[in-house]
Amino acid sequence: MSSPQRPPRIKWHVIVFLTPAVLVYTAVMIFPLFATMRLSLFTEVEQQRMFVGLENFKTLFGNTVWSTQFWNALGNNFQFFIVHMLVQNPIGIALAAILSSPKLRFAGFYRSAIFIPTILSFVIVGFAWKLILSPIWGIAPSMLDAVGLKSLYAPWLGREAYALTTLSLVSVWQFVGIPMMLIYAALLSIPEEILEAGECDGITGMSAFWKIKLPLILPSIGIISILTFVANFNAFDLIYAAQGALAGPNFSTDILGTFMYRTFFGFQLQLGDPHMGSAIASAMFAIILIGVCIYLFGIQSRMRRYQF
Amino acid sequence: MTKLKLGGLFLASTVLGGTAAFAQDVTLTIESWRNDDLAIWQDKIIPAFEAENPGIKVKFTPSAPAEYNAVLNSKLDAGSAGDLITCRPFDASLALYDAGHLADVSGLDGMANFSPVAKSGWSTDDASVQFCVPMASVIHGFIYNKDAFAEVGVDVPSTEAEFFTVLEKIKADGNYAPMTMGTNDQWEAATMGYNNIGPNYWKGEEGRLALIAGDQKLTDEAWVAPYRQLAKWGEYLGVGYEAQTYPDSQNIFTLGRAAIYPAGSWEISGFNGLADFEMGAFNPPVASAGDECYISDHTDIAIGMNAKTENPEAAKTFLNWVGSAEFASLYANSLPGFFSLSNHDVAMEDPLAQEFVSWRSKCKSSIRSTYQILSRGTPNLENDTWNASVAVIRGNETPEAAGKRLQEGLASWYAPHQ
Repeated sequence: MSSPQRPPRIKWHVIVFLTPAVLVYTAVMIFPLFATMRLSLFTEVEQQRMFVGLENFKTLFGNTVWSTQFWNALGNNFQFFIVHMLVQNPIGIALAAILSSPKLRFAGFYRSAIFIPTILSFVIVGFAWKLILSPIWGIAPSMLDAVGLKSLYAPWLGREAYALTTLSLVSVWQFVGIPMMLIYAALLSIPEEILEAGECDGITGMSAFWKIKLPLILPSIGIISILTFVANFNAFDLIYAAQGALAGPNFSTDILGTFMYRTFFGFQLQLGDPHMGSAIASAMFAIILIGVCIYLFGIQSRMRRYQF
Repeated sequence: MTKLKLGGLFLASTVLGGTAAFAQDVTLTIESWRNDDLAIWQDKIIPAFEAENPGIKVKFTPSAPAEYNAVLNSKLDAGSAGDLITCRPFDASLALYDAGHLADVSGLDGMANFSPVAKSGWSTDDASVQFCVPMASVIHGFIYNKDAFAEVGVDVPSTEAEFFTVLEKIKADGNYAPMTMGTNDQWEAATMGYNNIGPNYWKGEEGRLALIAGDQKLTDEAWVAPYRQLAKWGEYLGVGYEAQTYPDSQNIFTLGRAAIYPAGSWEISGFNGLADFEMGAFNPPVASAGDECYISDHTDIAIGMNAKTENPEAAKTFLNWVGSAEFASLYANSLPGFFSLSNHDVAMEDPLAQEFVSWRSKCKSSIRSTYQILSRGTPNLENDTWNASVAVIRGNETPEAAGKRLQEGLASWYAPHQ
């Protein structure tokens, strides 16, 4: 019996559908995030929790013992990220381009094979690659030997100069399936008409990829970059599984995640300090937030203008 | 109807009877990180205790070693922790005592059976209060492959010069890696390297206490010399030791591919089951023949009482029993390599364990230098020692630079060194 003049009723179904997600998300994400930031403003003296304002951050950035570790971890994090951007994403795009070619046989098999490592646990990946690269039991030395390149082998995970790059490449191996899948989906969604129109103008093969497909998948590449950025700056598992909490050799593989873990939970004789740990976690959150904002406001808003 | 009621009555009476019988028994729960020892506790130690103390039941509920500290802390805060708590040495347990979680056990009769060094791991800094009853220590030294030594024709070294001659000969022979230890996991380099050979240089307790008092510095010759020896280890550690992990080293040695293994005595039971060659052990070689030898006889594990336990009397009975000769013998023989810290004369059957424990009579015992007080601040001296030991073995840092770096780190927060 509703008349068109009555004010719009409360849309109960919207609330009902949103509530579970909002509740769960608030309980497991938003609340812990703010609780962590709150914790970073306190410290413990003689079993008593005390409010100290930004003192923990002053220690983190002002005290050389802490700041050298922080900058080292941040630098390593950037290196980790750069390797992913330079290796993982181009390879992912190339694989997707090859897979989307209609002439390729067994495309489904390749797609699954490349994607499978992504669903493996970090612990399995870390352990398996440690064994593969092991100078004692590993197959890497004997495989290189078989093609006469034994001289190229080094105990990579144990050398300061190589360890981080090696682990970055292991991570690339694990996650190359994700950009591949996203780009693959984007490539499939490009309308045939556009490609055919290009063909009429004489744009085929490689130039079709560079001139038509690539500009059209740029937004997807942007999304992948930001996903890579967030995942890399939150990374912890692989380094911990392969090198332990001290991220050896000589902290050359220490990233913000392992630094935070060591501080928060303690390690061996080092007692855990939840307050300094939270300060590091908040710094990580700030770094990721800044990165995402740069992308959202600086890059994505500009990118839209190129679309249709 | 009556039948039903009667049945109900019977049921109720059995339930009541059951609880009444149950209430006489006190159940003690033990928190521990030694989940490897679950079977030994259940089959040997607990039955022996229960047979002597009817009315007290004991449950051993271990958690994973790496999670133990975190799990225990949250259980204690929530009030759900067990009556008896296995204690890590030094600051981790001291923090629990300071927070009121561990009870003062200094007055127990069983505590009379322990020396001050044994008690040092679980005492307040001024040694006035003990909060855990010491259970066992681990001794450091070198385990060697007797067959390999016979094959190459070398004898057990007693001085440093002899040690390096042995390593050189095994290396020249080429059949075995002279010594096996990796630097990937880092802790072996400090625990089985630096703190294993170190006490000979800094004269055990004398140097350790002087360092705590601030009378000696990590840049002193006694503290840098062990790094100098470690720097020479690198070339004898086998191919790719930089990426070799702790389990790798254990496997290489037990497969008979290496001659010498810098060890902690906890390896004994594991190695006994894996190695099919005869093993021997020698204590860290001294600088020159006839020098007094020192060993790292590290206080590793103890047991204390939850301050909030509902059964303090039963818990005290158990702790007193832990101080008894019976427990010492039972524990040391069930777990060869974990040596009793008590003054009781414990007879052990395992030959390798006997060899390790025999050093106690010819050498002076000390504990790891970084464990008491010195790893309390930031930077953490223990973590830095791992890092420095690895860097020195790999040749990335000179022994002098390592000593200087550690001393600067320690002096930055530790008042006696400022």
